[in-house]
Amino acid sequence: MQIDLRTVAIEPQRQAFDHLVRRFGNKPASRYQEGSYDIQAAENLHYRPTWDPDHQLYDASLTRIVMADWYALKDPRQFYYSTYTLTRARQQENAEANFSFVESRGLADMLPEALRATTLAVLLPLRHAAWGANQNNTFVCGYGYGVVFTQPCMYHAMDNLGIAQYLSRLGLLLGDTEALDAAKRDWMDSPAWQPLRRYVEDCMACRDPFELFVAQNLALDGLLYPLIYERIVDQHLSVQGGSAVAMLTQFMSDWFDETRKWIDAVIKVAAAESDANRALLEGWTRHWSARAASALLPVAELALGAQADEAMAEQLAAFKARAAKAGLTL
Amino acid sequence: MDMKVAKKKLGLKEKYRTMTRDLGWEPSYHSKDELFPYVGYEGIKIHDWDKWEDPFRLTMDAYWKYQAEKERKFYAIIDAHAQNNGHLNLTDARYLSALKIFLQAISPGEYAAHRGFARVGREFPGVGPQVACQMQAIDEIRHAQTQVHAMSNYNRYYNGFHAFADQRDRIWYTSVARSFFDDSMSAGPFEFMIAIGFSFEYVLTNLLFVPFMSGAAYNGDMATVTFGFSAQSDEARHMTLGLEVIKFILEQDPDNLPIVQNWIDKWFWRGFRVLGLVSTMMDYMLPKRVMSWREAWEIYGVENGGALFKDLARYGITPPKGWDDAGKAIDHMSHQFMLGLYQWSFGTAFHAWIPSDDDMRWLSAKYPDTFDTYYRPRWEHIKKMAAAGTPFKNYGLAKLCQTCQLPCVFTEPDDPTLTCHRETDYKEHKYHFCSDGCQHVFENEPEKYIQAWLPMPQLFQDPVNGDLGEWMKWVSLLDGKDNGDYADSEDKKNFEVWRGLATTNQ
Ligand SMILES: [Fe+2]
Ligand SMILES: [Fe+2]
Ligand SMILES: [Zn+2]
Repeated sequence: MQIDLRTVAIEPQRQAFDHLVRRFGNKPASRYQEGSYDIQAAENLHYRPTWDPDHQLYDASLTRIVMADWYALKDPRQFYYSTYTLTRARQQENAEANFSFVESRGLADMLPEALRATTLAVLLPLRHAAWGANQNNTFVCGYGYGVVFTQPCMYHAMDNLGIAQYLSRLGLLLGDTEALDAAKRDWMDSPAWQPLRRYVEDCMACRDPFELFVAQNLALDGLLYPLIYERIVDQHLSVQGGSAVAMLTQFMSDWFDETRKWIDAVIKVAAAESDANRALLEGWTRHWSARAASALLPVAELALGAQADEAMAEQLAAFKARAAKAGLTL
Repeated sequence: MDMKVAKKKLGLKEKYRTMTRDLGWEPSYHSKDELFPYVGYEGIKIHDWDKWEDPFRLTMDAYWKYQAEKERKFYAIIDAHAQNNGHLNLTDARYLSALKIFLQAISPGEYAAHRGFARVGREFPGVGPQVACQMQAIDEIRHAQTQVHAMSNYNRYYNGFHAFADQRDRIWYTSVARSFFDDSMSAGPFEFMIAIGFSFEYVLTNLLFVPFMSGAAYNGDMATVTFGFSAQSDEARHMTLGLEVIKFILEQDPDNLPIVQNWIDKWFWRGFRVLGLVSTMMDYMLPKRVMSWREAWEIYGVENGGALFKDLARYGITPPKGWDDAGKAIDHMSHQFMLGLYQWSFGTAFHAWIPSDDDMRWLSAKYPDTFDTYYRPRWEHIKKMAAAGTPFKNYGLAKLCQTCQLPCVFTEPDDPTLTCHRETDYKEHKYHFCSDGCQHVFENEPEKYIQAWLPMPQLFQDPVNGDLGEWMKWVSLLDGKDNGDYADSEDKKNFEVWRGLATTNQ
């Protein structure tokens, strides 16, 4: 039913939902605010989980981090489902264009054989690491507290899956299913990959959602992405004629630049909340980043050989500076 | 030049396997039990997770692309709707009661589903089901958000929407839906999938969404129609997931059958009770009606449900235990519930009203066996009281069912003159139930259901202490604005004035 309405100005009765007026004042709310704040049930939860009767259905004490208000951990990108998917849809168009550019010009076939071998050896097992990251972020979304903290973790998890899939496509393009099989064997058995696989499995055994957030998103990916995609792909491989590879991993580089802003913002607010939080975060970050660095070193050696130590030292220094900006002294 | 061997072309199915299942691995630094600790205790036996058949094949790049297209369209339409005072296209503002219930009780369920699917998307030790569940997890937060966004503009002009977040946790009737979703999330991962993935998404969703969305279309609510349409292709995926789950579990081990059957019995009945709210929306709250609850039940319950259970019979599954009792309730439930809502309308953040003569004629025609006999006389009586200036209000507290949390207003399956009431003694307490179905659910898991938060006893505790005004404050209900009879409401008055402005030259 559609009737012809004259345009009339009607005074609204109110500006926003009550819970948003309480938080942000009596003014219209943004769609990020409407879709994120206080939409998780907070009171009168009916039953204790049968899988964990010592806790509530949503329970802030699942982590040792303590926040007076978990909704302080705002995502600076203000991603809700719509802005998230629109952003990624644009990026995937770009990635698609890059893949077809490389494909249509036969750039993959023009890669020097040694370079192709290095690329496959370094990048393909990382699809499993990305799948581990997916499970860890899904966990943080599932068991973390407060929508502004948990919601971006779900988006992040789907990104991790997307990255695992882009790496798989890269493998099929530069190699074949055999290349993927070989990479899986490396992931399972090759000594170079065992420290990293152990790291990922240790993360999966960690059931403190905030510690897991630190171990996966800050410590591991904070070292892995700049090391692999900037230092190894964009620099080391590109100068040897491998810029096609850099095109195929542009999504990962852009993604890391974008998502680190969110991760830093979360860490910064949580650390500023209390000395106890800061001490915990510093301890976790020290522990996990040291482990991540030693797990990534043999991977870096696959590409960089003797330069790996130096590259890793640079990464660690940069990581320390990044952590310091977020308020953590390592 | 090296010899290039033509690459093996992967079929769609293999390609999807490469993009999902091949990503996983058998852990060796920790045991599987340690990494997936919740998957065993329900007693479901899975021997081979690889037997899982992917219910749909969607890689992330395709997901982002399709979903973004839908998002663009959705927000373009609701922006236009808000800008052009689309709300004045409604048949009339009575319609909004249905929307208010939706926002307070159902949209929070979308959020709960989001979190529940994130949890099972991590807890199942098989990549196939994990990915499918994760996609549903991200879809469900989409639904929660598009609903809030679609209704946000109504909140600017009409009462009853403004405190949905407070009322989700505190007001009495939302605990029907809240306890339903809390129940599913506090169950183990397999039961959650049977509860939400199968029973809700596959068996009951059509009964909720199809009538609701067509009701919106009939009554000029473009905002709701838009989120409904936009969610449809997501729901199609969710339904195939629900069906795959049940088949997968049943094919894995014969010992799984009795466990699954018990869950189907339970969740059918739990879901059927939640749908009591929908029956009332369909039969009473839509100014322009689509079909009666009885007709919807015939199509989506009897026909579709019947076909489904016929299909599942090969696994040994039988129709849910409460199926016959449900059938007997169909001609009564909407009337019984609306009568309840009318007499307790001082305590609801939406309006109720006495059906007009026209409405009652429609109800007689749609419910020839029950309306004139049992319910018209009560409405006529209530109408007389309202005309005499002494509107019927029941300040007595409704006795709520310990399981479904609806007031015990339903009648015996075989005697519509007798209110149905069941009791169970457990650990020196007496618990009340609206039906055999709810009593069975309780008796199967009493330790769970004695924990239920019941909103009525809360009335006598801090900070309310039996004071109705304090209670209203506590549930953020604005007396004289959000509640009561539509006939005397601000919503009615405002809608008529605004519509008058927009359709005349004054
Ligand atoms: Fe949904
Ligand atoms: Fe759904
Ligand atoms: Zn009940």
